Amino acid sequence: MSAVQIAPEAPGTPVVVASTGWRLAVRRFRHNTLAVIGLVVIVVIVLFCFVGPFLYPTDQTHTQLSQANLGPSAAHWLGTDAVGHDVLGRLMYGGKVSLMVGIAAGILATVVGTLWGSVAGYVGGWVDAVMMRVVDAGIAIPALFILLVISAITTPGVGGLIVILGFVSWLVPSRLIRAETLTLKNRDYVLTLRAIGGSHARAIGKHLLPNSVSTIVVAATFQVADAILLVAYVSYLGLGVQAPATDWGGMLSAGLTAAYSGRWWLIVPPGLAVILVVCAFNAVGDGLRDAFDVRGR
Amino acid sequence: MSILTTTDLGVAFSTESGTVDAVRGVSLHVEPGETLALVGESGSGKSTVALAAMGLLSGNATARGSAVVDGHEVVGAPETALRRLRGSTVSMVFQEPATALDPLTRVGAQIAEVIRNHGDVSASGAAARAVDLLDRVGIPSPAARAKAFPFQLSGGQRQRVVIAMAIANSPKLLIADEPTTALDVTVQAEILELLRRLAADTGTGVLLVTHNMGVVADFADRVAVMLQGEIVETGGVEDVLLRPQHDYTKRLLAAVPRLAVAPAGVGAPAGPVPPGASVGSVASVVVPDGRHGAAPVVDLRDVSVAFGRGARAVHALQGIDIAVHAGETVGLVGESGSGKSTAARVALGLVKPTSGSVHLFGSDLRTARGRDRRALRSGIGVVLQDPVASLDARMSVAECIAEPLAVHRRGLSSADRRKRIDEVLDAVRLPRTLASRAPRELSGGQRQRVSLARALVLSPRLLVADEPTSALDVSVQETVLEVLRELQDDLGFACLFVSHDLAVVQQFAERVVVMRQGVIEEQGTTDTTLLHPTTDYTRRLLAAVPVPDPVLQRQRRAERLATLAAVDA
Repeated sequence: MSAVQIAPEAPGTPVVVASTGWRLAVRRFRHNTLAVIGLVVIVVIVLFCFVGPFLYPTDQTHTQLSQANLGPSAAHWLGTDAVGHDVLGRLMYGGKVSLMVGIAAGILATVVGTLWGSVAGYVGGWVDAVMMRVVDAGIAIPALFILLVISAITTPGVGGLIVILGFVSWLVPSRLIRAETLTLKNRDYVLTLRAIGGSHARAIGKHLLPNSVSTIVVAATFQVADAILLVAYVSYLGLGVQAPATDWGGMLSAGLTAAYSGRWWLIVPPGLAVILVVCAFNAVGDGLRDAFDVRGR
Repeated sequence: MSILTTTDLGVAFSTESGTVDAVRGVSLHVEPGETLALVGESGSGKSTVALAAMGLLSGNATARGSAVVDGHEVVGAPETALRRLRGSTVSMVFQEPATALDPLTRVGAQIAEVIRNHGDVSASGAAARAVDLLDRVGIPSPAARAKAFPFQLSGGQRQRVVIAMAIANSPKLLIADEPTTALDVTVQAEILELLRRLAADTGTGVLLVTHNMGVVADFADRVAVMLQGEIVETGGVEDVLLRPQHDYTKRLLAAVPRLAVAPAGVGAPAGPVPPGASVGSVASVVVPDGRHGAAPVVDLRDVSVAFGRGARAVHALQGIDIAVHAGETVGLVGESGSGKSTAARVALGLVKPTSGSVHLFGSDLRTARGRDRRALRSGIGVVLQDPVASLDARMSVAECIAEPLAVHRRGLSSADRRKRIDEVLDAVRLPRTLASRAPRELSGGQRQRVSLARALVLSPRLLVADEPTSALDVSVQETVLEVLRELQDDLGFACLFVSHDLAVVQQFAERVVVMRQGVIEEQGTTDTTLLHPTTDYTRRLLAAVPVPDPVLQRQRRAERLATLAAVDA
């Protein structure tokens, strides 16, 4: 879903203007084979998770102990787990949660980080100093520690998980955007606007944000990759969504014991899925960075 | 035998959009002890020729033909052979002294490294040679300065260190690529003097790459003019500069703004002239400090600006008074660090004065708030130096130009806005079809004219131009200045024109303010101040500007050196 939109039509594109610039960026992106493969992988996995269940319907809510622990067969392509859920179906079902939480948390982190970083960079002075010390303090506390503490207190739903993951990962994008804002706010066109009496709002809305779009989009892509990994990570630690719902990390966690009894189909598919998606998002992020780089600002 | 001979040298760059022939069929030669100037505008390929002669072309470039340095073929030579050549037989001085030196190594050690790269010299021997070299390039107390880090030296001293490194192994050929472009004119004059002396002493051949015809006149024996990758004219410096044959050379020379100088020998009128007194020039109707009847458009009174606080504060401006009246152009000149840009920014309200007052159109900027302040500012147009950074790359030309309208004339219908954009595009002589293009697709001169169009879209009463043509080639600069002058005649706005180029200011401004280290050295009508300056500083500044006439320049150089010697004595 969002992966498809990222490439050619990021938000805020002035229609008249940069047609050639965007065309150039798209061409650059197409030349990066790895990035194109990454984009294809993302599209395929998204289709697999969201359209797949209609083509390969399975029951993921009721346990069927009679069907438990079966190996791959014609009826269950990837076998079944310890309570009789079809693993291929479960991969789609869990993937929905992983992707949704990962993408939403990544975007949330980028939005919060962008707002925080651009305000700090634009206002400057002591406001900047205070806001950035907050970021430093946040980075100094390991995310894992915060996640473990939260998991000891409460078990969040999907919404809660998004907020928590977004909250622990907005710090790095905020630094990136601040640095970008610092260079942009002293560009001659911003000074010119200020000199003729243009407002701060206009400087930010018309110049700073549109010119940071490339940085923001690239940051968001990497952030989504990180968040998907983080979802797997926290679910594995038991903070994830609760049964019968699941996600790829939860599947890994549930299948851990099976690793010793040779039931590879419980471990390998969700593990591969996580690796594939994360690599794909990183490759796309790399491609976007190269693509945006050519605009000769 | 020539120290450098290129025969049919060609360089092609392979880029994303195909192969570009940057240099085609260049044949030239440099004799020992001779300086050949390679001149041309940006993109003419002059720097590429210099790099090709050093074998320093970037990876996506391929060279054809031949470039022979002291009997060694450079084109296609293996890296090891080139390394032996570089730094010993041929060495290079680059444009930017700030980046040519390693900031973390003491300058003496950097010079010693170059010596030891090419000779079997002991560490202490090399260090002693480094001190000798610093002495030769005119650095005072060289033994102490050898222990300095680059940041502890001024720009001119750094360039001297770069030159010391270049001559460390007594090269037979010195390639200087815009060696003085990043420097102030007074420093430029010293560096050129140094290079000339070194070349004469050691019989080194010099290939001087530059865009500045004044530097050519001052320094070169022969000149090769490049246009779009080819040499269009070669000859002795007096032939080419005084009797150019090729049309392009003629056009180029015609576009160079020439500093008018008081006839040689006449000098300043006898006796000290009281500051502000008029010397009977045509412009004497204007009272030199500009304070006549009507209230000035912008009026800086006793303005001081300090950045930082306490003992570490930098005093960028100290009690300056500048007034610009309706319809007149005031040129603000000075070297880097003189505070001229800060003064312009104070007038624009971008920098708040620490003390003193700024009146814009008769209202005090300190007390104007909100709506009034915005209204005041709608009367200002701004053109800044960098043609790339001046326009937002994500907007179309039309959007860039319309921005002031979006700030101050919100109610304007889109048809009216469209009409106004077309009007100003016509005014700056750009085709209306450019409106929908992206700034990226425009040349530097076109971009600056778009900036000018944006500045004019609100019909301002004051235009502040901060080095508006410094980043442009002379022929482009000529067009932009012409447009600016015409528009000022038609529209009658006042103009505060900041520039380091005295020749441009002389042509363009009615009054001149000369600044130095945050204070005003002198101000008055252009004719008075720039032809018969009253302060030593202005005189030195004027004497250091090289004029593109070798005969006249030789005379000016002799006079300048005599004056300096007299001061020293």
